[in-house]
Amino acid sequence: MSEDYRSMWQLLGLDLEAHDALLNVLGKAYQDIFLAQKERPRGMEYFDFVMSEVHGLRIRELLDEKAAGRKIIGSYCVFVPEEIVLAANATLVGLCSGADFAMEEVEKCLPRNTCALIKSSFGFKLGKVCPYLESADMIVGENTCDGKKKAYESLKDLVQNLYVMDLPQVKSDQGRALLKAEYQRFQAALEDLTGVAVTAASLKAAIRTVNAKRAAIHRLSSLRKADPAPISGLDALLANQVFFYDAPLRFTKSVNAICDELEKRIAEKAGVFPEKTPRILVSGCPQAVPNWKLPFIVETSGAVIVGEESCVGERGTRNLTDDRGETVEEMLEAIVDRYYQVDCAIFTPNPQRLEHIQEMVAAYQADGVIHYGLQFCQPYLMEAIPVEKTLEQAGIPCLRLETDYSMEDVGQLKTRIEAFIEQLH
Amino acid sequence: MRFAGIDIGSRTIELVVVDDAGEIVCSLQTDTGFDPITAAQKLIAEVHYDRILATGYGRNLFEISFEAPTVTEIKAHARGARVFFPDALTVLDIGGQDSKAIALFANGRVKKFEMNDRCAAGTGKFLEIMARTLGFEIDDFGREALLAQKDLNISSMCTVFAESEVTSLIAKGQSRREIARGLHTSVIRRAAGMINRVSSAGAIVFTGGVAKNPCMSALLRQKLGREILVPDDPQLVGALGAALLAGQDPSTAQTRPIKKMPPAAKEANENDPGQAAPAERTSDRPGI
Ligand code: SF4
Ligand code: SF4
Repeated sequence: MSEDYRSMWQLLGLDLEAHDALLNVLGKAYQDIFLAQKERPRGMEYFDFVMSEVHGLRIRELLDEKAAGRKIIGSYCVFVPEEIVLAANATLVGLCSGADFAMEEVEKCLPRNTCALIKSSFGFKLGKVCPYLESADMIVGENTCDGKKKAYESLKDLVQNLYVMDLPQVKSDQGRALLKAEYQRFQAALEDLTGVAVTAASLKAAIRTVNAKRAAIHRLSSLRKADPAPISGLDALLANQVFFYDAPLRFTKSVNAICDELEKRIAEKAGVFPEKTPRILVSGCPQAVPNWKLPFIVETSGAVIVGEESCVGERGTRNLTDDRGETVEEMLEAIVDRYYQVDCAIFTPNPQRLEHIQEMVAAYQADGVIHYGLQFCQPYLMEAIPVEKTLEQAGIPCLRLETDYSMEDVGQLKTRIEAFIEQLH
Repeated sequence: MRFAGIDIGSRTIELVVVDDAGEIVCSLQTDTGFDPITAAQKLIAEVHYDRILATGYGRNLFEISFEAPTVTEIKAHARGARVFFPDALTVLDIGGQDSKAIALFANGRVKKFEMNDRCAAGTGKFLEIMARTLGFEIDDFGREALLAQKDLNISSMCTVFAESEVTSLIAKGQSRREIARGLHTSVIRRAAGMINRVSSAGAIVFTGGVAKNPCMSALLRQKLGREILVPDDPQLVGALGAALLAGQDPSTAQTRPIKKMPPAAKEANENDPGQAAPAERTSDRPGI
């Protein structure tokens, strides 16, 4: 990394030593997990580059945008509407929280039995290692699961610019009205921050930009229906992860480029794994960067992941926003409609998620489902049981896993996953 | 052709060689010790085979050192258990550090399994530590527990807490036998829970080192009201299953080229006889 970046990180207030340590681990993991794969599509070079510059060039770009008057908004959840953020002249970045960091410090603020995702978001702040977090002008927390909503009460003391958004828990008329009111309040808060009013034209353009990026990811996903799989689940997950922090237009272009290449592969019947490799659908908690433990174990144990029913995956991206509205109000309605369909496990009841998992199994010709639950995540761990029951009744093998970001259980996980894959042969 | 299966567990390593007909040609066992690869190497140096398949907790280590393909304990135990009890639909394997309940389809394929979580609670290791705390030889532990007049309730499943609970029960003057019985009961409670999650009726084949403990099968039978079937050598079931799979399941056994035996194996055996415990020949009988 160039010296230039070091001074940039210093200006952002990062702990340089801790940050070096993080980048070292990340670089090594990336090498072992991603670069070691065989037959990777050439187009992945772009994502390799993005990852190598994830704390460098991309941060420089964001800081340049800031210098030009744009604001940066950090988010922890797919319920934060990117359309409105873009329309108010700001950029949305996902705040990844996929690794344990500064855990001793975290456990002074949060109980030990909090899910790894929440703990990690605190760890990145307390350890001063995330340049996205430090460059954000507003950080949006959302009242989803109990863990998150209470954690934001504590996070408020650590980040001065925390904005908390309320979310419904029930999909009813009142629930929808709450979501709409909250999006309106969010729009006003953004306009205040940026000094730019959302207009029909800016919102329409924003909807199209975000739809294009989602459409590109859909295109990539649907290519994964092919056997042999033209791209590994790890690489596809990476694209879904980069979705959250790359510049939207560039991301769309790069994903489409890789799709062109994959279409050729499919035509030639070329794949990353041999034909008839057991196909796995991963369903459950989000997998933020650099949480690659599960897909790595799966794909080095003789199976290929063909889809993610996850917020870092289809749950977050599957629906597009209707862009036909003419007024801000009409388009806001369309945005609410779109986000209202996200079937996060914090909703009760949540039958759409069960249906969606089954739809995905059929569409991607999955041989089995691995339900990924983070330890202490009540919503997803509880839903895992009805998910397993329903799938079993439909004759679809399902493996329920409960894990965290540590490496302690890799041996056990490997045994479970290998045995599950043997079941699928 | 001869097919070998090696089961590298956390406590012991078993090796079984079968012939074309699936009959056992020989079987060996040794302690895993601190250097499982050397221990395994010595074991395989003693036998001849054409193909080998590794299973158990140390299988991945073996895979790297010997370029041998692997199969999980779950599939290996399922296969091995069927040799002894061809109609079995449920298998319980309690080993040194893992326990598993496995449900099978009528054709012997694995239908569903459950596995203990990370800690030693409910495994052979737990029983071993508790036997030591109570001053029993591991082989006597189950027999003594079986003789107890009543069942003491041990509330803690965590090895550390259970140990102190045991110590305080001793201090209170409780009989060692009854404490031992209570400890067995608490392991059974876990195992029964796992079994119930995968299957609800029918005989259960009990495999793995802990199946040699007579109190375990007695209590399991009592608790579940189901027939408990223990093979003659329950510890060999995993290795036997792997050996049979090496011969019968080309999709597993031929995924990689197999080096018959690393050249270092023989030498290591001759030059350094004291490093691992000598292999104990547990069975040499042809057939099963
Ligand atoms: S799982 Fe729920 S709370 Fe978490 S990112 Fe997804 S929608 Fe948000
Ligand atoms: S929904 Fe689950 S994984 Fe997501 S933040 Fe809450 S507890 Fe953690």
